[in-house]
Amino acid sequence: MNAASLAFQDVGFTYPANGRPVFQQLTLEIAPGTVTAILGPNGAGKTTLLHLALGWLKPQAGHVALRDRPLASYSRGELGRELGLVPQSEHTAFEYSLLEYVLLGRAPYLKPLEMPGEGDIRIALDALARVGLAGWAERSIARVSGGERQLVLIARALAQQPRFLLLDEPTSHLDLGNKARLVALLRDLVRQGVTILFTTHEPEVAAGLATHLVLMRGGRVLQTGLLAETFTAEHLSETYGVPVAVAQVRDRQVVLWG
Amino acid sequence: MRQESAITGSQGISKEPALSLPKEPALSAVGAPSSARRALDGMRSGGLIWLVVLLAGVLALSLFVGRYPAPPLLTPSQLASDELAQRLVWNLRLPRILAAVLLGMSLAGAGAVLQMILGNPLVEPGFLGVSQGAAFGASLSIIFLGNAAWLVQSSAAFFAFAGLGLSYLLAHRLRYGGWVLRLVLAGIAISALFSAGVGMLKYIADPLRQLPEITFWLLGGLWSITWTQLVSILPVTLLALLVMHWMRWRLNLLALDDATAFSLGVAPTRERVLVLTAAVAATAAVISVSGMVGWIGLIMPHLARRLYGADARRALPAALLLGGTFSLLCDDVARTLLAGEIPLGILTSLIGAVFFMGLMTMRARQAVTQKAEP
Repeated sequence: MNAASLAFQDVGFTYPANGRPVFQQLTLEIAPGTVTAILGPNGAGKTTLLHLALGWLKPQAGHVALRDRPLASYSRGELGRELGLVPQSEHTAFEYSLLEYVLLGRAPYLKPLEMPGEGDIRIALDALARVGLAGWAERSIARVSGGERQLVLIARALAQQPRFLLLDEPTSHLDLGNKARLVALLRDLVRQGVTILFTTHEPEVAAGLATHLVLMRGGRVLQTGLLAETFTAEHLSETYGVPVAVAQVRDRQVVLWG
Repeated sequence: MRQESAITGSQGISKEPALSLPKEPALSAVGAPSSARRALDGMRSGGLIWLVVLLAGVLALSLFVGRYPAPPLLTPSQLASDELAQRLVWNLRLPRILAAVLLGMSLAGAGAVLQMILGNPLVEPGFLGVSQGAAFGASLSIIFLGNAAWLVQSSAAFFAFAGLGLSYLLAHRLRYGGWVLRLVLAGIAISALFSAGVGMLKYIADPLRQLPEITFWLLGGLWSITWTQLVSILPVTLLALLVMHWMRWRLNLLALDDATAFSLGVAPTRERVLVLTAAVAATAAVISVSGMVGWIGLIMPHLARRLYGADARRALPAALLLGGTFSLLCDDVARTLLAGEIPLGILTSLIGAVFFMGLMTMRARQAVTQKAEP
């Protein structure tokens, strides 16, 4: 096992509320510097997997370890500096400015009663600029579109400066232009040494960005490995339960279905 | 070198954050980010000082407002020469004024906290079984224990906390929805129970002696405030207000989803219980002496956010100051306008509701909608 990795070891997890097991003996390793895409049909357990990787959900069996140390042994601040989460969407009842919202990403670096300072604001403004929202710092979050809001969530995670970035369907609300920009941004992060784990319902996004794939169905990992070995018609058909074909268009792989 | 090795998966552990920001924005950034210093100045207490000045002004004025010797004002020269006026200001007006400020601050602060944590701008501080619990406690005391002020106050405070405790307990046992939804549902159910209890007590109360007293308590007011009563609620209220104020930036984090808050290094449940308890403790303490005073906790947080934005770093202190000022102004009117006292709860609801309708039909804070400098 790679010492710097995020590893699931025989993880068993059941949501206490409904008692239906999601995972049994799940074993998985995310190597540092990789981009791993989690693919699978609705209800496969993708978001649950991210929440376990984050340490928010705690496995009833086995453990999740970051650099050979169980997540449970990290302090919350440490975890916040290691692992950032970009949720799929987020409801906000109040009209924050984008800067105020992105600044929340600095929390893991601040003491419980400390307020963000000038340095934090600079980082937050830079993060907004990186997702293409420079000059929008004072705009209200209630007045941006769904896609722009998703970019704000990503900017908040950038301001958090984590080593591992977990993204839950990061492209689900983005138009083509923003999708391309996001993929470029994530590639850039990888070059800076950030490890990325993301779920998606778009196989093309996975094929264009990921180095590794995790194919899941019904709480089981069907396939895991390098993109080239796992992104095949056979494996994808098995994952989604419908026949699909994989075609090569120029240097890109696209999935045909239906 | 480090960057290449990261991709091949052989990167060692380095101390600095893995994600460093580039010198230039990577994406289509138009223009450089506006100065962080300017933004910081804008986000600090800018403008709040005027609310402090306003509250201090109203506070000073309130000492002279009243029906003695003749409404509406006592002049400074009268105060200097009239011994009765001095005793009245010191023994009656001052504790009452301070209680009004404390009442408004507690309700507005608690309202802001509850609205944020429950992610619901319609919530008011007494709603977790606290207001109805206090009403039940006060009525119970008036009928069965006696109507001494300290008895009614203790009983109201006890049942206010009982209401909160029962709401928590029930929320834990509910098998439906997330933590916030369970708490809201539990609060509604417990409030309904106590409200039924109050109805029952009113029904059996002696219609000549006890019922008017219960009714008066339910209408809310500060006419009976003494230094003793003020001092009895001061420690709890001040401590709770300080906790809320200290945690004001963190409130923004506690308003996020559980998993997201956790990912930002927050202990969502524990920290929420802490600040909720502070909010509810302040509420329970003040309404145990004031009776039911509504609307302050609902509208002042809205006004504060309209004026200062959603970030609780400024919205919370603004809500405290606005709440204190509003409550004090209403109480001044309550004790001055008519020969008989007007119950404070009626005034806060009347003025508050009219004000609220105006506020909500106005345009949102301009600063929010304006684009930053290019």
